[in-house]
Amino acid sequence: MSDNDSQNDPNTPKGRKPTLPPGMGTPAAKKPTLPPGMGTPAAKKPTLPPGMGKPAAKKPSLPPGAPSGDGASGLTRADFASDQDVRWCPGCGDYAILATVQRLMPELGVPRENVVFISGIGCSSRFPYYMNTYGMHSIHGRAPTVATGLKASRPDLDVWMITGDGDSLSIGGNHIIHIMRRNVDLQIIMFNNQIYGLTKGQYSPTSEVGKVTKSTPFGSIDHPFNPIALVLGADAAFAARTMDRDPKHMKDILKRAHDFKGTGFVEVYQNCNIFNDGAFFDFTEKATKSDRAVFFEHGKPLVYAGGTKGLRLDGFNLKSIDLDEGSWGTDDCLVYDETSLELATILARVYWHDELPQPFGVFYREERPTYDAQVNEQVQSVIEARGKGSLADLLAEGDTWVVQ
Amino acid sequence: MRSKTVETLPEATVLFAGDSGDGMQLTGTQFTLATAHAMNDLATLPDFPAEIRAPVGTTYGVSGFQLHFGSVDIRTPGDEVDLLVAMNPAALVVNLDRVKSGGTVLVNSNSFEKKDLNLANLDSNPLEDGSLDKYRVIQVELTRLTRETLKDTDLNQKQIDRSKNMFALGLALWLYSRPIEPAQRWLESKFGRKPEIRDANLELLKKGFHFGETTEQFVTRYEVSPATLPPGRYRAVQGVQALAMGIVAAANKSGLPITYGSYPITPASDLLHALSRYKNHGIMTIQAEDEIAAIGMAIGASFGGALGITGTSGPGVALKSEAMGLAHITELPLVIVNVQRGGPSTGLPTKTEQSDLMQALFGRNGDAPMPVIAASTPGDCFEVAYEACRIAVKYMTPVVLLSDGYLANGSEPWLIPDPDDLRDFDVSFATETNAEVDGQEVFHGYIRDEGTLARPWAKPGTPGLEHRIGGLEKADGTGNVSYDAANHEKMTRLRAEKVERVQQDMKPLEVFGDESADLLIIGWGSTRGAIEAGVTRALNAGHKAAAVHLRWVHPLPPDLGEVLSRFDSFLVPELNNGQLVRILRDRFLLPFEAMNKIQGRPFGPSEIAKKIAEMVG
Repeated sequence: MSDNDSQNDPNTPKGRKPTLPPGMGTPAAKKPTLPPGMGTPAAKKPTLPPGMGKPAAKKPSLPPGAPSGDGASGLTRADFASDQDVRWCPGCGDYAILATVQRLMPELGVPRENVVFISGIGCSSRFPYYMNTYGMHSIHGRAPTVATGLKASRPDLDVWMITGDGDSLSIGGNHIIHIMRRNVDLQIIMFNNQIYGLTKGQYSPTSEVGKVTKSTPFGSIDHPFNPIALVLGADAAFAARTMDRDPKHMKDILKRAHDFKGTGFVEVYQNCNIFNDGAFFDFTEKATKSDRAVFFEHGKPLVYAGGTKGLRLDGFNLKSIDLDEGSWGTDDCLVYDETSLELATILARVYWHDELPQPFGVFYREERPTYDAQVNEQVQSVIEARGKGSLADLLAEGDTWVVQ
Repeated sequence: MRSKTVETLPEATVLFAGDSGDGMQLTGTQFTLATAHAMNDLATLPDFPAEIRAPVGTTYGVSGFQLHFGSVDIRTPGDEVDLLVAMNPAALVVNLDRVKSGGTVLVNSNSFEKKDLNLANLDSNPLEDGSLDKYRVIQVELTRLTRETLKDTDLNQKQIDRSKNMFALGLALWLYSRPIEPAQRWLESKFGRKPEIRDANLELLKKGFHFGETTEQFVTRYEVSPATLPPGRYRAVQGVQALAMGIVAAANKSGLPITYGSYPITPASDLLHALSRYKNHGIMTIQAEDEIAAIGMAIGASFGGALGITGTSGPGVALKSEAMGLAHITELPLVIVNVQRGGPSTGLPTKTEQSDLMQALFGRNGDAPMPVIAASTPGDCFEVAYEACRIAVKYMTPVVLLSDGYLANGSEPWLIPDPDDLRDFDVSFATETNAEVDGQEVFHGYIRDEGTLARPWAKPGTPGLEHRIGGLEKADGTGNVSYDAANHEKMTRLRAEKVERVQQDMKPLEVFGDESADLLIIGWGSTRGAIEAGVTRALNAGHKAAAVHLRWVHPLPPDLGEVLSRFDSFLVPELNNGQLVRILRDRFLLPFEAMNKIQGRPFGPSEIAKKIAEMVG
């Protein structure tokens, strides 16, 4: 039941105790949760009966200091919050993602009626119900297909796809790789909590080897996916990673994905405090974040730990260098180039590494024609070449004859 | 040279059979074209093996094309064959049992060598051992004659041998006094850029035609007079072409963009091929990564205000079932075309069957009914496709359109419709709020139309109508997620009732045959021709029977109960192990007798006539 087995596997998330199913053992890493309605649900203000008060009363709150969104479009975050009660568990990382997206929407300048959220199935996928835009809660793993059909036939819409690690990488695996290669112009927010939350705690395709869950009481034996590496392998034209616990970073990354013309894939580390609490705390919590996470940017050197450490490229490997000690300086650090697939591949494979920090940022960006633009261009070019089709001509095509 | 006698026939059935590489489909198609030009009524049945190129000379590599034509009403590709053209022993072995006693068998005698006989698992040569005694056998040295004709060309041996089907075609055209010009025109256009091949084929065609005239093996030549078809402009149409044109007509009349999502599967791939060429007719096609993606894309398109359509065969529908449920509960317009083939599982991909009815009616989790419409002839596919689209939009529902391999690949003369005569296809999108909550104007996605019970179609991009839909059960009216007990029951019944209301759009049933008979035959799908031709034969033999054919299988037509009440006994012929018969029994509690044929082949009229005789005689 320990994570010793995964120590030599560079791809396995490690560095923390595997979580036990709720109720088993001493959940030292888990904050005690109160039943809904009791105590002060920190992340959710009390809801008023429908029709009372303004929708603003239902806004999920952000940690202090988080940027507010004031609309370039004249809209505010309140305009983007639907009238439905948000039903995620108190303490869930999804609230932060929802709040960030609601704050981002006004800044994008897209008329609200042109925004559509398409989701699959999972806790993540309840998201559309909480956004006051058009939306569809579709079927498990299939959001990419619905989103592709929608965007191809309505390229004027601003389409966001919401999915989770299970929804996109397990049942949705086939569709996620195809939407990457097609490069449909939309944004994908993949809520990665490394667990199956809605079905109450089975392991997911990103869970670490040895994870003890309801379906793996003796520890999971599956080697997990590295989502960024996977989508890069599927020729993603844009791949980024951020975290629920850093709303400012998350908002910047989501905005970059939106600005990008093509499939803007964003992996968001999201804490499931009920079934997989603390999965990403190493990278997200104040005590360790500085040392264990590197926030990199295009054109800037890879520096972390408050500027005292950096990452240097030695051949094909990244090495951590001490910038204070004297031998190395910022000039020795790798200056990131997000248009380099080679660098993206190397950086993506820095994954749950014992010595190296987990990278957060835009790994890769490639300008490439989008599927929706191309499919419509082709239709237009056929119309230009042949003129608008005549039904009468089509019906009488080929050899015809007249019976008197 | 003695001149030939000319005999006039009311009808004839010809079967061309050979190796997959012998070009029998081409030969059959060209013979069909010539027959259409001769103004005969006709029906065809191509019969392909599942493999692309099976080993030459084997029985499982035999490809056939059967054509029934006449000056009388032709409803089926024919029962017994009058002329079998067999290019090799395997083709002879596979198809001999279809030839009538005294019928003609024309063989390529050059391909009856020892090795050919071995490949067909024959111990002796049927041309010599008496097994063909009850047929009229004509031996033609097709290979030698072809090689001689083309010996001065620059073509290699393989190219020469491959075109021997043109000689056979020419001969067959002569034998039935068909015009040769349509085939000549086709060769000229197809091989316009390859003059060597074009000229070789034209030469062979002519030689085959003249061979009939000169050789003494042929004493009689046949004529089949034009049929009396209703006046108008006609063309030959294959079912799959008619489906594609029906969809284009729907796009044209409704003004809706159509998105067709599909994954290649026999025998539906040709629908994707056809529609992919109609981009200037408002059709966008997407070849998706799998069957589920295909329907997902269609649903996404419908959500955006287009009409989403997806096409496949049985195994594909199985994969699509979850998404069909999503379309059902989100109440979006969608058409799912199933060109049925032999099942179950991978089954018989190139053989016809109608065994996916229960799947169309019930193949989803939960109570998820949807309208099911079935085409009955290749030409009927046009109107059925148009109707399926129209009903999907009018009632905001997925609609299943059932066709089958026989209809898809078969062809018949088709009176070209006037686009102005098509039924009106109105579309209205929601533009305004439709409810008030605490003094605020809001949009509720599930407030229904009184007549159809359809919900409003509010497409993204419309200000003020922002709403969310999805697969979870939803509250009546608002469309918000609801787990309420009474609401779920209410919504289930509402969705079922909405589908029942499609009855409003149905045409009255027509009874074929003798209305005073005791026996009524009820059919659906592609069995119509065989049933009606069988009833005609039975009536001619003094056995009374009537037949009614269902276009809509769900909901059942509102006048069906009344029609049934006029008869005492009932027969339900189906190309499956009993599906419609169970639906009818359940609904009407009458003694429906099943007649099931599950052989990958259509019914023949004589089978129907024989059964009628048994039941009433």
